[in-house]
Amino acid sequence: MTIDAATVRKVAKLAHIRESEDRLEGLAKELSGILQWIEQLGEVDTDGVEPMASAVALALPLREDAVTEGGNPAEILANAPAARNNFFVVPKVVE
Amino acid sequence: MSDPADLTGLTLKDALEGLRGRRFSSEEITRAHLEAMAAARPLNAFVLETPDQALAMARASDARIAAGGAGPLEGAPIGVKDLFCTKGVRSTAGSRILGNFVPPYESTVTANLWRDGAVMLGKLNMDEFAMGSSNETSAFGPVVNPWRSAGSNRALTPGGSSGGSAAAVAAHLALGATATDTGGSIRQPASLTGTVGVKPTYGRCSRWGVVAFASSLDQAGPLARTVEDAALLLRSMSGHDPKDSTSLTAEVPDFPSFVGRSPKGLRVGVPKEYRVDGMPPEIEALWTQGVAWLKEAGCEVVEVSLPHTRYALPAYYIIAPAEASSNLARYDGMRYGLRVDAPTLSEVYEETRAAGFGEEVKRRILIGAYVLSAGYYDAYYLKAQKVRRRIADDFATVFEQVDALLTPTAPSAAFALGEKAADPVAMYLNDIFTVTVNLAGLPAMSVPGGLDAQGLPLGLQLIGRALDESTLFTLAGALEKAADFRGRPQRWW
Repeated sequence: MTIDAATVRKVAKLAHIRESEDRLEGLAKELSGILQWIEQLGEVDTDGVEPMASAVALALPLREDAVTEGGNPAEILANAPAARNNFFVVPKVVE
Repeated sequence: MSDPADLTGLTLKDALEGLRGRRFSSEEITRAHLEAMAAARPLNAFVLETPDQALAMARASDARIAAGGAGPLEGAPIGVKDLFCTKGVRSTAGSRILGNFVPPYESTVTANLWRDGAVMLGKLNMDEFAMGSSNETSAFGPVVNPWRSAGSNRALTPGGSSGGSAAAVAAHLALGATATDTGGSIRQPASLTGTVGVKPTYGRCSRWGVVAFASSLDQAGPLARTVEDAALLLRSMSGHDPKDSTSLTAEVPDFPSFVGRSPKGLRVGVPKEYRVDGMPPEIEALWTQGVAWLKEAGCEVVEVSLPHTRYALPAYYIIAPAEASSNLARYDGMRYGLRVDAPTLSEVYEETRAAGFGEEVKRRILIGAYVLSAGYYDAYYLKAQKVRRRIADDFATVFEQVDALLTPTAPSAAFALGEKAADPVAMYLNDIFTVTVNLAGLPAMSVPGGLDAQGLPLGLQLIGRALDESTLFTLAGALEKAADFRGRPQRWW
């Protein structure tokens, strides 16, 4: 599978990364090279094989749905690019 | 007062004995390492030196030793890979996108080390978000390997992604260091710097507070100069943590007690598929030598087959980028880290991520977003997860016949900075022998085996059953003893 500049533009949009138009061709070539190398997986017979999502076979543990930490807005906001009155300040979303 | 050069020359084990015996103080050995660290800035191993904190921790350790309350690592100065969040100390993951992020919390692994008395010297350089095999993707520039080829002053890579950790330990700037391994990021740098690196069983060390790359593969572990030192560090780093849902509840064995035991009677497999085309003869010779060492120590060595080995790297380069693309979606410039202002919210996201992520990280996010996108999920991601099962099943089958496996750690010795940076796939092939165990969740470690003709270190890898690090420590101890590796980089910095 090779991917073209239009596909790279679409994927970059999905990933929220701005890529300038003049880089799309180069990226398409690079990503195609990686994908072509990956395609050797097609040689492996995986009929009836259960997909493996985790190296740990155990079921995920459950706990009470209760607050374990909280009440520390100053700590949570300490690294915010912008904060006011215990809130994150973000760009306007709705006009 | 001891000679500072003597104090940085000690193993962790000898340093702990000296501290407990009051032959020197933690403040003395910490100062000796702080001086070595400051003198080694050309290596670029540390991205942040924390001398004030180190001395405060050292004095607190000295007080505990005086009061008779010393922990297992009391007073020992170590380095911390910058992927671990450290409370009140900038943590960057080697990326611009985290900016001056100062965590208000401590990772579980480092908290365990401080609980046991270790002292933090500073934060160690690494490939950005642990994505790389040469340290060249770091936003802080590459680490330089303290080792050089005989008669050359060319700058070599210490490997990656834990290149700062490996270089600091090899250059005697720290008694040991924390590191992480998603596809080989502890073991490959260990091989390239003549150090010991352990990737424990998935779930042995908590991932809480470790910046996430590929969550089903990421695992923390130690880098050290001897097998016993690595065992001492891993014993403190390990343990169940309710804050990590994949943390194992299994009891932590007394790892150091397994070093020095006889490996007599253990069955060790040599997987024939690891004899790859183009393997340098010196690496093949070291592997053969490793087999001979284990036989002399009383092990039975047999050839085994792991038929899906060659598919591990391509499967990894679907699974790891897929997980990374979702893990790294959190870097949006809203709650912490870099924010680039722009007219609309979408543009803020896009400009922030364009400016904050480096080229390799962007490449992997794009691959991950692509293989997870509508129409391709089954062909790529699901297929890779099925191949992952095949690889894990291969290991399960051979571990019915053998107790451990012996392989080379990396396909080459340290290479020059810049040598492989232009070709992503050539760089990915560095992890050809290490990536399989991350997919299967198994423990593995790299032990220095010897030097190549250029005088550069080469490592041997041992792979074990899940939760059986103990057998690996016994075998690694036997290899270490037989190899009698005393190499140390000539100081040029």
